[in-house]
Amino acid sequence: MTETIDRALDRVRVVSWLQRYGVYAAVVVLFAFNAVFTPHFLAADNFRTQLVQVAPIVIVALGMALVIGTEGIDLSVGSVMALAASMVALYLGYGALPAIAMALLAGALVGAAGGVLVAVVGVQPIVATLALLVGVRGLANVFLPQLREFTNPTLVAIGSDSVAGVPIVVLVAVVLVAAVAFLVRRTTFGRQLVAVGGNRTASRLSGLPVRRILLTVYVLAGVLAAVAGVLATSRLQASDPTSLGLFMELSAITAVVVGGTPLTGGRVRVLGTVMGALLMQLLQATLIKHNLPQSWTQMAQAVIILAAVYAARERR
Amino acid sequence: MLETDGVRKAFPGVTALDGVSFSLGTGEVHALVGENGAGKSTLIKVLTGVYRADAGQVRYRGEPVSFASPLDAQRAGIATIYQEVNLVPQMSVARNLFLGREPRGRFGLIDFAAMRERAGEVLRGYGIGSDVRRPLGSLGLGAQQMVALARAIEAHAQVVVMDEPTSSLQPREVDRLFRAIGDLRGQGRSVVYVSHRLEELYRICDRVTVLRDGRLVHTGPLAGLDRLRLISLMLGRDLDAVRSEGLTRFAERARSHAAPLLRATNLSRRHVLDEVSLAVRPGEIVGLGGLLGSGRSETAKAIAGALPLDSGGVSVAGEAVPPGSVGSAIRAGINLLPEDRKAEGIVATLSVRENIALAALPRLSRAGIVSEGDVDRVVDRFMRRLRIKAAGPGQPVGELSGGNQQKVLLARWLAMNPRVLLLDEPTRGIDVGAKAEVQVLIDELAEEGLAVLLISSDLEELVEGSQRVVVLRDGAVVGELSGADVTEEKIMAAIAGTTDD
Repeated sequence: MTETIDRALDRVRVVSWLQRYGVYAAVVVLFAFNAVFTPHFLAADNFRTQLVQVAPIVIVALGMALVIGTEGIDLSVGSVMALAASMVALYLGYGALPAIAMALLAGALVGAAGGVLVAVVGVQPIVATLALLVGVRGLANVFLPQLREFTNPTLVAIGSDSVAGVPIVVLVAVVLVAAVAFLVRRTTFGRQLVAVGGNRTASRLSGLPVRRILLTVYVLAGVLAAVAGVLATSRLQASDPTSLGLFMELSAITAVVVGGTPLTGGRVRVLGTVMGALLMQLLQATLIKHNLPQSWTQMAQAVIILAAVYAARERR
Repeated sequence: MLETDGVRKAFPGVTALDGVSFSLGTGEVHALVGENGAGKSTLIKVLTGVYRADAGQVRYRGEPVSFASPLDAQRAGIATIYQEVNLVPQMSVARNLFLGREPRGRFGLIDFAAMRERAGEVLRGYGIGSDVRRPLGSLGLGAQQMVALARAIEAHAQVVVMDEPTSSLQPREVDRLFRAIGDLRGQGRSVVYVSHRLEELYRICDRVTVLRDGRLVHTGPLAGLDRLRLISLMLGRDLDAVRSEGLTRFAERARSHAAPLLRATNLSRRHVLDEVSLAVRPGEIVGLGGLLGSGRSETAKAIAGALPLDSGGVSVAGEAVPPGSVGSAIRAGINLLPEDRKAEGIVATLSVRENIALAALPRLSRAGIVSEGDVDRVVDRFMRRLRIKAAGPGQPVGELSGGNQQKVLLARWLAMNPRVLLLDEPTRGIDVGAKAEVQVLIDELAEEGLAVLLISSDLEELVEGSQRVVVLRDGAVVGELSGADVTEEKIMAAIAGTTDD
């Protein structure tokens, strides 16, 4: 009888360990597999490529994690990236910095629009941001109907230069991860955000500025998406509002969910989100390097998403 | 009919049930009692398929069973009515009543007309005359509970498990409930009855099982078991101590004559509140009496800034509180302990620590950054002072028993150094031991000079706790009793509208 108890407790422990560290373990396993079986995997160049590719996803996913932590969702992030790209192209004449500033401002405005719809008007997040997903992509195309290349040295440098061997794009992502982790763990705002996601009525009755918190969260998600848009644009050395950031919202949600942040809100896992994004990237790279078609990657990703959701189920 | 044999269930950090063997006979009403955290809820959840036992056996009609889900148990004929109603508030009353077994018409589609007609008929039998097309959530809690009960009985359950079924019912509704239980017994169906109200147990139950700290400490016939003996079994304290300390824990206190600290003037909101005025002095506990729906909770919410008003105002120590904002009320020192702990109080996903610190966070921060040391000190202080039973400050608050959750919420407000406490049913659904602790605490707080407004459906608590009682009916003040006039009879007379003033 004691044996069954031990086994039951073991199972509980295994599941809760998987919830907490499963995504880390998966990244380690995949990494080890590649280190052994994939030629040139351990080369610095390969790392650099992989990280540069994943950086924008990580940045967008950070904002997504915050929104999901409040029991919301932000589908507009991909379109915000496109809007940021067209802003860069429009204002590049005034120099790189004003162009970037305008792009971030545009991201903040779209975020504020989503935030007002959700927090003040009371529209459901998925509906409010779906409207923005469609509308903002259109707006980006109105500002800049087709792809425009540029040669601005500052912007090109942001996209392709490295500091001490680390690409600037990756550095920006690292700094933002640290900043968001700090925001969630150590600041009053971060704690309140999670409480609002956990129980909005209780938070309101406890005197938390619920509307302001929600509004701020959507603005942050918008700005982070705009940063990702600027970085992706400078790497392309072209503004491409038609296709930049397409399906980005789905990649970001995937990273957040695989990273162990529940869609029901009340919890934000920042490092888990980063790992979720890395896992998806690594998976894709592995299958490509072993000459398996893209369709396989998609199916493998589906399996991982389901596994993550299974592990995140309510404990019984 | 239904029994368990040596059932064990452990959660990370706690053993909730430790070798419990419980047996429910056919046509028996069986009381299940114990303090918070004694394991009653866990046992119920094991019986009804919510949890699976780690060890031991559950037998139903003599056969070992292992229900995979509550639905599984329900199909087998075991229905549960939980403390907090868990039906679908957005769906209509009729749909809730027939959820999962809707009458079907042609092509297997739901026959809504038949469903509504049948629902109306059934519910009138339980004294609910409201339109069955209304969403369930628009009914009062008591009515919702009756719908849940009607649903279980209509589903031909052989075993009905009731967890605190009367906590939000009016006396009239309680009578109706007891009649329904009597009918069940007459038909050879069995009831597991969990309640903290001892009179009810003696009125309706045949046998009793007492749990304490996850173990079974007593089981046997209820008749002949002395009330104090039962309490001492639950508390694990000896009889003399219980006898000398009495049943409620409010101390006698002299009337305060200081100027009112809290003053609410002519609070009005169409169809809800009608010119409600009241005042509470520092060090005074003022009870707010009245039936469910009389505007008690609404008055508290209005004072706390959580209910927009058409007119009227609130002042603390003579200074007007800006209306319609919870934030300004809290800044003025007004704190509300809401009625619905689960929906409006705790943040279940967060730890005990985060829940206690929630409201006080801005004060425990510097430049927007939380000062963890300050939080730890505050949390530690109140966990000790309120004797909150938890594996540690990091335990998710959702895992605690009701009484401990309530203490966490009290701690949340005490951390704010409040001046006015509005307590809406502070001891509802918590066990005898924790209830006494909360009552002592309320007393202590008043002693320290807080103004306390106490809402309670428990007349005994209202009478013993308050120096004055303001009675509401239909959203308006219909009487105010003080001194020797604060008795259960006078309050009931005021509610019934038979006072002579």
